[in-house]
Amino acid sequence: MDHTSDIALRRDAAATAAGPLEAPEERDRRRGRLGPAVVFVLSIASALVVWELVSRAGLIAERDLPAMTTTVQKLWELMQTHEFWVALAQTVRGWALGLGVAILLAVPIGIVLGSNDLLASAFRVPIEFLRPIPSAALIPLLFLTLGTTLRSEVFLAAFGAFWPLLVQTMYGVRDVDPVAVDTARAFHIPRLSRLYRITLPGAVPYIATGIRIASTVALILAFTAELFMGLPGLGAQVNYAQSYGLHEELYAYALATGFLGLAIHLLSTGFERRALRWHPSQRLGKV
Amino acid sequence: MNGRAYRVTKIGAEIAVPLAILLAWQLWTAHAQSQFFPRLSTILVEFRDLWLFAQFGEHVVPSLERVALGFGIAVVAGIALGIPIGLSRNLRLWAMPHIEWWRAVPPPALLPISIVLLHSIENRQKIAFIAFFCVFPVLLNTIDGVRGIDPTLIETARAYGIPRRERIWRLVLPAASPQIAAGMRTSLSLAVITMVLAEYFSSTNGVGYVLLISKNTYQMAPMWAAIVLIGLLGYLANVLFLIAERRLLAWHRGWRAAEPL
Repeated sequence: MDHTSDIALRRDAAATAAGPLEAPEERDRRRGRLGPAVVFVLSIASALVVWELVSRAGLIAERDLPAMTTTVQKLWELMQTHEFWVALAQTVRGWALGLGVAILLAVPIGIVLGSNDLLASAFRVPIEFLRPIPSAALIPLLFLTLGTTLRSEVFLAAFGAFWPLLVQTMYGVRDVDPVAVDTARAFHIPRLSRLYRITLPGAVPYIATGIRIASTVALILAFTAELFMGLPGLGAQVNYAQSYGLHEELYAYALATGFLGLAIHLLSTGFERRALRWHPSQRLGKV
Repeated sequence: MNGRAYRVTKIGAEIAVPLAILLAWQLWTAHAQSQFFPRLSTILVEFRDLWLFAQFGEHVVPSLERVALGFGIAVVAGIALGIPIGLSRNLRLWAMPHIEWWRAVPPPALLPISIVLLHSIENRQKIAFIAFFCVFPVLLNTIDGVRGIDPTLIETARAYGIPRRERIWRLVLPAASPQIAAGMRTSLSLAVITMVLAEYFSSTNGVGYVLLISKNTYQMAPMWAAIVLIGLLGYLANVLFLIAERRLLAWHRGWRAAEPL
């Protein structure tokens, strides 16, 4: 594996764990600036007002960019329909199945490849080659082979989510404290217990970060499959709205997709934080 | 096994396994005679016929141009926005909700909207779409990189009366550059992905367009040739970037190596 990305990943893990430097913040606080919550609300409110004004004032034609109030109202209307919730559930289903398959495959394979140097170098080239292939390039192939079925959606989401999770797991296993592994070996702790008691807990921070990244990717690809292949879900609704020039619905469904993305992002960040709670890096500050 | 034999086995495996996979693919496809999975040799011949270099100018060059422009705009915008946001707490409080929101939105959801808003399925829409989503990795990493700078350094520069412009050029930008580079690398692969998405959705040329047309006409060989090309593009972009990064950030790695951990 290359040196730089390793550093980047470590720094990523370290940054999530240790938290940024707080000194300038404290200085700002002493000067008595606006509270973060106030700024947060003001910031979002002003963006919504700008959206409304840009559309109402005709800077961008209202047909091309429906006003914020119109869009939100449309979304509210859609939320009263059965169709909306079915589409949302279908997208969530594609995401969950894809992510689940990716976790079931990537974590065990990552542990095996991460703990065996020889295997890791044997599969280095295929992994480095397959990893950057944009999953979107596989859509036409899936279209013709698996067809417009849920299987295509799950395959695409799982394929995309597999690679970041695999690489994170491999790094995680390789980053396990060698002293702990050697100590366990010296005490003749059997291989399987070593896996459960040392390797896995040691790799958990990396795996948790991998799952967070993978869950975002899985949603993007589940949506992509729906948008491009006409599979039922939010993607198909967006496609339909665009094809028929229903711009209010197009924006409303895109907004709903954004909220789903945000929900999944918050969920997986929360999960990551929970999974890391016991980890020494999290406790370091309290010593 | 002694060290040397082990190293030789390792390198041998690194070469043998990919070859074995390719061979297995060739043998399996020759045996299966599937219309969807053409033989490896067929794909390679098609690859040569299409991309070396009959249709290179017509389809590959426009795609590369879109990736390069979208990525370039994203990098400049990401750094230009990221430095002030990283340096100022108020700006950060103001900007983070928006950054978090746009980062969470799945890019393809904006694909139809970008067409409606820009009235275009030409380069303007493609490049805007690519650039919009490639900004975020650069932006977030720039913010993190700037925030991670040792405050003593900034205070010292300030104490010596070094003007703001100089502080940014000579201290903030170089200190954040390793992390900016990490963001750029993510953005670059994202640029290839968003290029394929945008072209596959609506276009009149490009690699994504070839994918779309070969799917619509049930031509499997060009489709596979396009998939292989996209894989190669992603791979090469990454390799080139790593080489450039290693050269440009050589000072950083030297410094890190000297640092006692």
